[in-house]
Amino acid sequence: MTLSNFALEPTFQLRPYNGVMSNSDLKVKVWRGAQEGEFVEYLVPRNSNQTVLDVVTYIQRKLDPTLSYRFACRVGMCGSCAMTVNGVARWTCRTHVSKIVKGDSLEIAPLNNLPVIKDLATDMREFFNKWKGAVGFFKGDKTRHDDFAKVPPESKERQLANAGIECIGCGVCYASCEVVESRPNYLGPAALNRAWTLTNDVRDVQQLERMRAVAGDAGCHACHSQGSCTEACPTSIAPTASIAGLKKLVARAAVRGSKWGKL
Amino acid sequence: MGQAMNQGVLQAKLWYAQRISAMVLGICVAIHLVIIFYAIRGGLNAQEILGRTQGNILFAFFYEVFVLACFVHAPIGMANILQETFPKSGIAKPIAGALGLFILVLGSAAVLGVYTGGAI
Repeated sequence: MTLSNFALEPTFQLRPYNGVMSNSDLKVKVWRGAQEGEFVEYLVPRNSNQTVLDVVTYIQRKLDPTLSYRFACRVGMCGSCAMTVNGVARWTCRTHVSKIVKGDSLEIAPLNNLPVIKDLATDMREFFNKWKGAVGFFKGDKTRHDDFAKVPPESKERQLANAGIECIGCGVCYASCEVVESRPNYLGPAALNRAWTLTNDVRDVQQLERMRAVAGDAGCHACHSQGSCTEACPTSIAPTASIAGLKKLVARAAVRGSKWGKL
Repeated sequence: MGQAMNQGVLQAKLWYAQRISAMVLGICVAIHLVIIFYAIRGGLNAQEILGRTQGNILFAFFYEVFVLACFVHAPIGMANILQETFPKSGIAKPIAGALGLFILVLGSAAVLGVYTGGAI
């Protein structure tokens, strides 16, 4: 077929294959309001390689500039764009629409277990306060005049810390946790995972204080080991394993003592 | 704050007690299954079963350990479930306490009853 033939016969137009839904719009239900609110449906054109964040951005730029949401890096480093998409907490920037779309519908809501400020933006204060509550911060006793602390990469502590160290605090695990839902004072998987990495930091000097902070029903011992956090974690950390480590360590420290003393 | 900390440490101890009692229960259940086979061999009526189990101090000791493990294990778990299901009701502790007492009294009475054959 020549180019002129092609122009004369529009019914034979060739298009690159983009999948079945390539020419239809996405029906996107987006949560509007705060704690009280409703889902509003928008029609968003489908593109290949479109992420959920692209969809939300399209709505805000082209359809309704009053839509509030949070994002920064767009490449899975900052941990600010997490939302509930089709019922599951995810990073919207790293979630392709094609992977999770149901028919031609998407439902985008704010993260669970956190107060909603407006639309898709949640108040993360409680989430981060719980990190502080779990003594999820480093404190050493060396000064600039001391030699470097030497932590062998192959040591058991370093390996255990490594397993949980890549958390960027997106809140996906916290929003996916059923125990957070039923026990609002529960510290949650992210804070406890951080506590566990610090428990294995041989330079840290707040071990007893941290173990007391994470002991019991507001801490690690409330975890059901159901593994929703581990399943949902976008960086493939296993907070369930970290919490299991804390459970054993802290309970033993309460009953028999630990290398740092008894609780 | 101090009280909250102590509370956490107490809960950690309870968690530990529940773990250890679960291990004991695991072994007890396995042995109990074997005992069932032994006890029903050659007749299922009460007299026949009592004839094989009555007066055996090892048997009584084993079942009292079983009862004590239940006494530790069940109320802690029940309290957790109630606390998560009805967080503001305050029923977790009294119901779990009653359950513990119930298991201890009824269980020990049963062990004593089978051991003595109802003589006490």
